[in-house]
Amino acid sequence: MKRFSIFSLAANALSGHRKWAPTWRDASPRPGYDIIIVGGGGHGLATAYYLAKVHGITNVAVIEKGWIGGGNAGRNTTIIRSNYGLAGNGPFYEWSMKLWEGLEQELNYNAMVSQRGVLNLYHSDGQRDAYARRGNAMRMHGVDAELLDRDAVRRMAPFLDFEGARFPIQGGLLQRRGGTARHDAVVWGYARAASALGVDIIQNCEVTGFVTDNGGAITGVETSRGTIRAGKTGIAVAGNSSRVAAMAGLRLPIESHVLQAFVSEGLKPVIPGVITFGMGHFYISQSDKGGLVFGGDIDGYNSYAQRGNLPVVQDVCEGGMALMPMIGKARVLRSWGGIMDMTMDGSPIIDRSPVDGLWLNAGWCYGGFKATPASGWCFAHLLATETPHETATAYRLDRFATGDVIDEKGAGAQANLH
Amino acid sequence: MSRLPTGGLIDRTKPLAFSFDGKRYTGFAGDTLASALLANDIRLVARSFKYHRPRGILTAGSEEPNALVTIGRGAHAEPNTRATTLPLFDGLEASSQNRWPSLDHDLLSINGILSPLFVAGFYYKTFMWPAALWEKLYEPLIRRAAGLGALSMEPDPAEYDADHGFCDLLVVGAGPAGLAAALAAGRAGQRVLLVDEDVRPGGRLLAERHEIDGNSALDWVDATIAELASLPNVRILSRTILFGAYDGGTYGAVENGRRLWKIVARRAILATGAIERPLVFAGNDIPGVMTASAVQAYATRWGVAPGKRIAIFTTSDSGLKVAADLAAIGIEPVTVIDARDGMLVTRAIGGKALKAIELSDGRRIAVDTLAMAGGWNPSVGLGCNLGARPNWSEAIGAYLLDSPPGGMIMAGAAAGAFGLGAAIASGIEAAGGGMPVPATSEDPSGSRPLWHVPHSRGKAFVDYQHDVTDKDVALAAREGFTSVEHMKRYTTLGMATDQGKTGQVNGNALLAIATGKTMSEAGTILSRPPYLPVSIGVLAGHHRGEHFKPVRHTSGHAWALENGATFVDTGQWKRAQWFARPGERDWLETVSREVTATRTGVGICDVSTLGKIDVHGPDASTLLDRLYVNIFSTLPVGRARYGLMLREDGFVMDDGTTTRFAEDRFYVTTTTVNAARIMQHIDFARQVLWPELDVQATSVTEQWATYAIAGPRSRALLAKLLPDLDLSNEALPYMGAMEFHWQGVTARIFRLSFSGEMAFELAVPAHHGDRLIRALFEAGRVLGVAPYGTEALGVMRIEKGHPAGNELNGQTTATDLGMGRMLSRKKDFIGRVMAARPALVNPARPTLVGIHPVDPARRLRAGGHLLAKGAAPVAANDQGHVTSVCYSPTLGHWIGLALLANGPARHGERIIVHDPIRDGDTEVEVVNPVFVDPEGVRVRG
Amino acid sequence: MRIPCPFCGNRDTQEFVYRGDASPTRPDTDEAMHDYVYLRDNVAGPMREHWYHAQGCRNWIVVTRDTRTHEIISAEFPR
Repeated sequence: MKRFSIFSLAANALSGHRKWAPTWRDASPRPGYDIIIVGGGGHGLATAYYLAKVHGITNVAVIEKGWIGGGNAGRNTTIIRSNYGLAGNGPFYEWSMKLWEGLEQELNYNAMVSQRGVLNLYHSDGQRDAYARRGNAMRMHGVDAELLDRDAVRRMAPFLDFEGARFPIQGGLLQRRGGTARHDAVVWGYARAASALGVDIIQNCEVTGFVTDNGGAITGVETSRGTIRAGKTGIAVAGNSSRVAAMAGLRLPIESHVLQAFVSEGLKPVIPGVITFGMGHFYISQSDKGGLVFGGDIDGYNSYAQRGNLPVVQDVCEGGMALMPMIGKARVLRSWGGIMDMTMDGSPIIDRSPVDGLWLNAGWCYGGFKATPASGWCFAHLLATETPHETATAYRLDRFATGDVIDEKGAGAQANLH
Repeated sequence: MSRLPTGGLIDRTKPLAFSFDGKRYTGFAGDTLASALLANDIRLVARSFKYHRPRGILTAGSEEPNALVTIGRGAHAEPNTRATTLPLFDGLEASSQNRWPSLDHDLLSINGILSPLFVAGFYYKTFMWPAALWEKLYEPLIRRAAGLGALSMEPDPAEYDADHGFCDLLVVGAGPAGLAAALAAGRAGQRVLLVDEDVRPGGRLLAERHEIDGNSALDWVDATIAELASLPNVRILSRTILFGAYDGGTYGAVENGRRLWKIVARRAILATGAIERPLVFAGNDIPGVMTASAVQAYATRWGVAPGKRIAIFTTSDSGLKVAADLAAIGIEPVTVIDARDGMLVTRAIGGKALKAIELSDGRRIAVDTLAMAGGWNPSVGLGCNLGARPNWSEAIGAYLLDSPPGGMIMAGAAAGAFGLGAAIASGIEAAGGGMPVPATSEDPSGSRPLWHVPHSRGKAFVDYQHDVTDKDVALAAREGFTSVEHMKRYTTLGMATDQGKTGQVNGNALLAIATGKTMSEAGTILSRPPYLPVSIGVLAGHHRGEHFKPVRHTSGHAWALENGATFVDTGQWKRAQWFARPGERDWLETVSREVTATRTGVGICDVSTLGKIDVHGPDASTLLDRLYVNIFSTLPVGRARYGLMLREDGFVMDDGTTTRFAEDRFYVTTTTVNAARIMQHIDFARQVLWPELDVQATSVTEQWATYAIAGPRSRALLAKLLPDLDLSNEALPYMGAMEFHWQGVTARIFRLSFSGEMAFELAVPAHHGDRLIRALFEAGRVLGVAPYGTEALGVMRIEKGHPAGNELNGQTTATDLGMGRMLSRKKDFIGRVMAARPALVNPARPTLVGIHPVDPARRLRAGGHLLAKGAAPVAANDQGHVTSVCYSPTLGHWIGLALLANGPARHGERIIVHDPIRDGDTEVEVVNPVFVDPEGVRVRG
Repeated sequence: MRIPCPFCGNRDTQEFVYRGDASPTRPDTDEAMHDYVYLRDNVAGPMREHWYHAQGCRNWIVVTRDTRTHEIISAEFPR
């Protein structure tokens, strides 16, 4: 893979940029692979990259029904953080954060990882103590966390509403190392690096079924571009997990829900990091191009439509105005939606499936983007060694049967409450 | 001045003063800022985003990518405002954006010199070394250079409101097709809502010269509007942006930037017109290069000659019409270059203003204005909001939405019916016919797309605002970004404030050429709401500041306010937190006094916010048995029982006391925050799970005002208030309840205690609550009664080891809370099976204990984690956390409740509360969570 | 979206609370409880789902809706 740098950029400029090569090989399917990853989003591509890079397994194909990164990887609000409280989540997300911190050098692609802080505001004593519980858990996992009082929050973000608010801000939980990364670049960076190591990235190839042997084990996939054999098949298809799992006769503890997100017109810098509101679903950051990127809660009903309705649009804007009334003059430029696979405890699944030969990476709810590097790393580890990575041992599918649920919100077995 | 001596739909008797970048100018009523700027010979109005190239006004409509200004000052400043659609008003102050130090001399135009480096996607390939500099240097620089306008950091002072519209037919767009459709439907008696983004209806008829029925088309417009205005079933909303189509025939619109409309329509006609395409050739962004329809509009509608020497470069009959319309008002174009004859403009020449053009035959012609007529894109975006995809039509050389979603139909130019007669006919047909099509002047609409001028040397722009050139599209294709989605994201084409209205189709075409695909194969991007940018302020409306969410008051609120209460939010309720007395140092002193006053005398607390549900019917007790872990069918009439409800997944959902007033009547209480959820749960159980049960449930949370009267003197106080009521232990034992009448109203008294003292709860219908609280305090005056708030309530329940919200956090089981014995073995109940899962019955789970600091002077905080003494403070050694704490005046030191692994087996052990995020470490002793009166003697009196 | 509540007529979904798939039936056996609580078909297509008309008649209704297009096909009482 040709290295990217200011020097290669300048050299190519001199030749009118005519010598750049495709960023990844747009491969055609071969008859079979050692491992097939279904799903060419961030998680699938990261998995393929780490299979090749860390485990030396390069006879791998990533099969994507559309264009890589066209699903949730291209629709999220780019937030990265590792401010989780429960023991099952802490090590995993922190491992992901560490991988983020070295990602650009690892991939030689500028994913614009920017750690300008994630601030969760609290508005009551109860919330403060809940955030203290979480912040202490983070510290015990070796993750940076600070509890700010009102004055400290005011110094950090003076434009927040400290005067006339219905639910006045009392402070916030800050993870300084949290921040954002450019989502498309993450997809393209992993694709480029994986492709250079020999992984076949096969686009416009939709999986329509599984091939099984006499014992019922999965030995390959049927696709719109033919049958492809596989030693192992892993699925990383985000909101479509249930549809693909159903092809193998599996039901999952997952419901697909729409999460809307919004971007404003480009503005000069106003929001320093990521800020989340504590008395309504609202979070916001500002992209390097100047647009305010913000969103709120899922619409709440099952959906594969990748779009939502007006009530959430209003709720989100009300949350924004409640938090920072200066935002009223900013204009929403575009809205879109993704398909979240919401699990029954709000936490992901990285596990073998009950069907031999089929492996699952699913259930990321609305937190998939920040998990991209570790999800890829751990899924690759699982596929390569058939044991879970040490940071992902809790993400078992059978945890719902044993009761070892990882329920950060305490919302219980209702997917749309997480 | 470029203002023509006569003509235009402007009122020359009404001059308006405005300023641009500090200089003062004059325009007329009816001008937009753009037409007024052009009239004053101002051509340079902006700098492009990346290269800071000089930019002029490209269009005359809302598709404008260049002429973005900031209007107003301070908190009223509105950045990124399109000059082309902003109606001029007296005193308007506008300034250009994204330039320093001035528009004329923008130092950042140096970016232009580095443009060979700054191609599409360049930032992915660099800024990576050294790693530390990304955040310290590169990114801050990029962020400062990014964005166009700036937000004032002040709260938005504007006021917004909202309205709802319901109609049989929503017509979007009041051009010829829309007006005809609205008229046909209006005459047929349908309820019609006609929405148009311009300040006055008419659409393109305001900018082009046509005849309808032998008269000026404007006469037809006026007559149509007059008739529509006379119809009671028709409403016209002008200056209204229909920004999105949503499910169920719901549409969002913003009127005048200030009023949000939610419209529900049985059917909708999208008569949204079409947008003219620029042509792609070197220098096509120089100020003075405009779309032909814009040149036509400025001349015809606003009486402004955009320049003195105008050339027209066209691929369409509409370009020829522009030439004819200009000639009709005395502006003779210098030349007309029709690409269909093989003649092309290969280059526009100039810096801050157009000076000349070069043609494909080698000629150079001096011009100051070039009108580009590149063909028309039907505005199908709104119809695509619900996921329908437009298809490429070779016949008209544009995308058409041939399969709009049910309930929507395209009409006029938006449906590809470009000629005036065709547009009107299309509108009438879409509305169901019933109106003759008027005679119209000839309006040919032939066209042949020209996607790219070959051999054109220099920057040819596709996306004006984001500085995306034809070479960027080719580069994207070369680097493997061969789908329109990838090309868009890689080049940022179509991601600017105009969302690709002038550039997307050209970009798709160039990509198709670069990748050897047809336009059909290349596809296009789906349009999503909002069609035009809509302010966050108007979408929020008046739900801001104090009005973000409703405020709920109990009946006792006024009394509490009069008596110095400090309030706290519990959900949307305001609850009295404490009642400070003069001279008290801080809340701790106040709360401690309230606790002591209650435990030694009598205190009163407003507990009206708890959820209350009336469950009645022959099968009421059966239903409750299935909802609670313990049995309620055995509860005698006139008795209350504490109950615990689980979720079906076995974790605790809520608790409360339920009282039986009759064989078939129960009064269920819930925690404040779970009131609605439990109501839904009870309704789900009886309507869905067990519809065969004969039982009804009604929420009565707001119907009852309830006060707790607690303390050794509580009975004495009530005896004074209710002298006729037998309050003896025999008549009203602990956990007993009865209904009676107080001053003619139904009242209920319960002998319940959350505080651990002898206590009662007294309830009356809510509108008598104010009277009752005053009567209670009158009766208690000689007994030294004190009001107490939620803090004192909290102290007393912690002293008694009662789990509450912090312990019922959705992650705990009944056993965790010390209530495992309540789980009945005699019946099924919701949650029974899942509560028995291995992880939920593991004794090593964090379980409820009490703690107090070994050093009695130390303070405790909730949220600290628990460690065995000597254990390293890492996650592997985490044994639980502190859930609730308080200072106990009864005991004289801080106490807390905590969930500790194996808790009940560890009473007497000393452990560490680890709170690195606040106070550090505190050594505590593990004890029985019931700190005060563990035998429960005081409640029984 | 607008739901045709059998009692109240067409109302915006804002008036309702969503629960989820209406097809799982609370089982009689303990063994089937895990699947009832946790596993879902999660179809891309028409599904029957529970909505509670919280700001209206407070009835639970079963709505049949296509999860790909959000088109609401019918709404009826649970049984």
